[in-house]
Amino acid sequence: MTPRWEEDPVLTIEHLTMRFGGLVAASELSFQVGRDEITAVIGPNGAGKTTVFNCITGFYRPTVGRMTLRRRSGATFLLERMADYEISRIAKVARTFQNIRLFSGMTLLENLLVAQHNALMRASQFTIGGVLGLPSYRAGERRAVDKALAWLQRIDLGHRADDAAGDLPYGDQRRLEIARAMCTGPELLCLDEPAAGLNPRESHALTGLLSSIREERETSILLIEHDMSVVMEISDHVVVLDHGEKIADGTPQQIRDDEAVIAAYLGVPDEELDEIEEVITG
Amino acid sequence: MVNAMGWGERLQAALKEAGIAALITFALICVIIGLKTDIGPDGLEITQRWDLVASGVAIVFVGRLLLRLVVWGPEGQGRGLFSSIPKAREMPWLGKVLGVALLAIAITLPFYSGRYVVDLGILVLTYVMLGWGLNIVVGLAGLLDLGYVAFYAVGAYSYALLAHYFGWSFWLCLPLAGILAGFWGIILGFPVLRLRGDYLAIVTLAFGEIIRVVLLNWYQFTGGPDGISGIPRPSFFGIPFSRGEDGFAATFGLDFTSMHRIIFLYYLILILALITNAVTLRLRRLPLGRAWEAMREDEIACRSLGISTTNTKLSAFAIGAMFGGIAGSFFATRQGFISPESFVFMESALILSIVVLGGLGSQIGVAIAAIVMIGGFEVFRELEQYRMLIFGALLVFIMVNRPRGLMARREPSIVLKERKAIGADLVAQGEGHR
Amino acid sequence: MARVRACARRCIGTTAVPALPVRLQRPAKEQRQFRARRVPANVSGNSMEYFIQQLINGVTLGSIYGLIAIGYTMVYGIIGMINFAHGDIFMIGAFIALIAFLVLSAVAGGALVLVLFVTLLVAMLLTSVYGWTVERVAYRPLRQSFRLAPLITAIGMSIFLQNYVQIAQGARVKPLPPQIEGGFILMETETFAVNLSYIQILIVVLTVGLMIGFTFLIQGTALGRAQRACEQDKKMAALLGVNIDRTVSITFVLGAALAAVAGLMFLLYYGVIDFFIGFLAGIKAFTAAVLGGIGSLPGAMLGGLLIGLIETFWSAYFSIEYKDVAAFSILAIVLIFLPSGLLGRPEIEKV
Repeated sequence: MTPRWEEDPVLTIEHLTMRFGGLVAASELSFQVGRDEITAVIGPNGAGKTTVFNCITGFYRPTVGRMTLRRRSGATFLLERMADYEISRIAKVARTFQNIRLFSGMTLLENLLVAQHNALMRASQFTIGGVLGLPSYRAGERRAVDKALAWLQRIDLGHRADDAAGDLPYGDQRRLEIARAMCTGPELLCLDEPAAGLNPRESHALTGLLSSIREERETSILLIEHDMSVVMEISDHVVVLDHGEKIADGTPQQIRDDEAVIAAYLGVPDEELDEIEEVITG
Repeated sequence: MVNAMGWGERLQAALKEAGIAALITFALICVIIGLKTDIGPDGLEITQRWDLVASGVAIVFVGRLLLRLVVWGPEGQGRGLFSSIPKAREMPWLGKVLGVALLAIAITLPFYSGRYVVDLGILVLTYVMLGWGLNIVVGLAGLLDLGYVAFYAVGAYSYALLAHYFGWSFWLCLPLAGILAGFWGIILGFPVLRLRGDYLAIVTLAFGEIIRVVLLNWYQFTGGPDGISGIPRPSFFGIPFSRGEDGFAATFGLDFTSMHRIIFLYYLILILALITNAVTLRLRRLPLGRAWEAMREDEIACRSLGISTTNTKLSAFAIGAMFGGIAGSFFATRQGFISPESFVFMESALILSIVVLGGLGSQIGVAIAAIVMIGGFEVFRELEQYRMLIFGALLVFIMVNRPRGLMARREPSIVLKERKAIGADLVAQGEGHR
Repeated sequence: MARVRACARRCIGTTAVPALPVRLQRPAKEQRQFRARRVPANVSGNSMEYFIQQLINGVTLGSIYGLIAIGYTMVYGIIGMINFAHGDIFMIGAFIALIAFLVLSAVAGGALVLVLFVTLLVAMLLTSVYGWTVERVAYRPLRQSFRLAPLITAIGMSIFLQNYVQIAQGARVKPLPPQIEGGFILMETETFAVNLSYIQILIVVLTVGLMIGFTFLIQGTALGRAQRACEQDKKMAALLGVNIDRTVSITFVLGAALAAVAGLMFLLYYGVIDFFIGFLAGIKAFTAAVLGGIGSLPGAMLGGLLIGLIETFWSAYFSIEYKDVAAFSILAIVLIFLPSGLLGRPEIEKV
């Protein structure tokens, strides 16, 4: 049986190579991200995971390689040729960041409205209608606020809509960043270490949120994660990187048994190793 | 700790400190103040002024001693001289009350004031408008612009030249000047899109200087250092403020006085400034304005959300420049004469100081800062040559004590249930710096 | 003539309405500052000799810019701010040098070399007190603060220092007759002689010497290590026992001392100073620092040389009025296409 990620990939990466001067951060990477699945990219520190993300979302231009995104409508986009904001706006790829990048001086509601910028710009007739106070903008704004509130409620932060994002505790900020990315209406959501720094309870809430996004069958998820319990629990497909190269690619079950993966992780610090062992044995 | 130190020890420590301060003061002023150079018959001559140096050193010694013993206490620098001023965050109504009060005063001012005060009001309001214009660029979009005066100049020269060469009326030129300045905002904004922080500041400064030098040297077109004089005064929608039959006074059956024109100018700039304010406040609640603020907070996150930072930056430059240009053409018609001398870097620095002192992004703060700075300037008019000195010292003093400006807080642009002001400590200042 | 016109204009301006509050007393004056020494007018601008003469003049001017630029680049490197008052520190250095020179030559008579040497030391010492004080008063309280605050205090300091000197020493220009005269004639044709004056040699040699000394200081001493550590990571450096406050203070002191050297050189070379020379020199030197790659010492020197050369050649071959435009345009162009300057480290955007 062909796995779903080969059957109907939302994103196909071929021969992706990224060099910074002499340093090769990613080399000849090829893998697919299945539609409506959760795909995890794992690997030891410095394996090139974030570099791959930055290439996909247009913050870096890859040295070599092709990244094809196919939307549900059938339209395809070559991401390596697009500017970062176009990737979000047209190809509908949203992302979060390893070190959270919220608009900390703006309220939660404002954060989620900024994410709906392009829809709101159209509603405000590119500001002209908005300045004149046309009713079409008011309707558009109401829709955007409703969408934002729905997301706030979904991440259990509905009561804090008027608070500054910077005032939130760390775990809430992580979830808010995901909600903000979701407000752009993405078809592919890229999460850079969403569970980093979360306590077990917050981590559990996060996996719940990601699973529910998958259930809706509108957004595919690609995530980088160090927390193996999260990875093994929710992902359908795991890609393992080491030193910029792909060393394994398969279902969580396959990865668990892969010799090369275990070997790659043997060189990493103890606590991560323990984690892996825990997952493998238990 | 405070009690552990006896009075004797405290006095000794304070004396030592004051002594060091006095010594440093002596090193600072002994040459520059102590020995004055003047051009005499055989080259430079030196006048010795040790009395001045001695009194300067003595003032510092005693001042420091008293500060340490009486005001500061044994430890610390006693920062937070303004700590008695309530934090705006704790008093959300403060801004609104102040705003209404200031507006009421502004509207009624010409009814009970003489010419001097109204003239001063015009000046203050011009800077309020400039401050609000620059606030869009620096305060909302977080783009540090040190060459804002360039757009002021473009506006002023646009009106002056259009009136001079084509004889177009003020009312036609006013929007044109705004559009031209906005256009220049885009032209100058385009090359600096990729620049960050201080590089942006220095290039905008360079652009401001370039425009001024061109105005200064393009003699045939701009009159060079002589400037342009005889710029037409504005009319009351076609009725001139003149003594004649068809003048403003005669038309409305009033006795002729030159105050009519002044009062008209006053209300004109008041309305222009209020329009600037209204547009800014409206824009803040629109996606464009929110994108400006989001860009100030985190440019990379903006791009990841599908916001074109190119368009967002250019729109901020253009709209900020437009208001600067409109203020410039008002300046030209008020003065009746302009020259490059009015558009030096100091003006940019002054406008930026008003914005930063007021509190970035705070409309009412900018207005208060403009009143304090420009008004304060006039108060010190008597001290002619000392007032720039005081101005410089005041800038340092206020900034050190209140680094986030007078109104250091941010109002959310949209409120669901409860309006909560956001403390300045959370709000970024743009360009990815902290 | 120009002054009469300016005066008349101001009168027109003030009778009708109150004058603009902030107006530099004599902005037109700056046009006269930093003008490259003119060559005789009858010289054709195409000869090789003329070119070489401009090269010499440009390198001299560039050395002065470079010395000031080092102050900018060091401060930017260590605390990441534009020290806007640095140009005025240079101006103060020039004034202190002038006054010290006058006093010392009255005391010591004809021993020019000794007088100049002591003048240099006095100027460096007293100017560095200014550098130290400016940092202490205007920047240190804001070290942890937001980036715009120290920029505004820097502008405030710059205004303060300018007006302080104007009040204390008067607004009129201070001329000093040439002290070091003569030089070598390198090439000669009927119409034009390429002149390398002693003062030009002195400026370039002194600059090169200081550069070598400074490079050694930054790379070879504990102070230099502390400085570089602060540049990299202030918190970590403090944890490892580097005294941040002292290191920053020393940086300002060194920058001011170099600015004083530049001030003395400027005084000797141009023979005239006033309270306003700091503004334009400061902006040009900052331009030089940015052009070379801010934070890099050799970059500051290279940038200074380039700005000096560009300005001199532009004045010599195109138009003297637009020389500032040339320098600023080059700055803009370099920054747009090479944002980290010529010798600066390229910055990879951290996502």
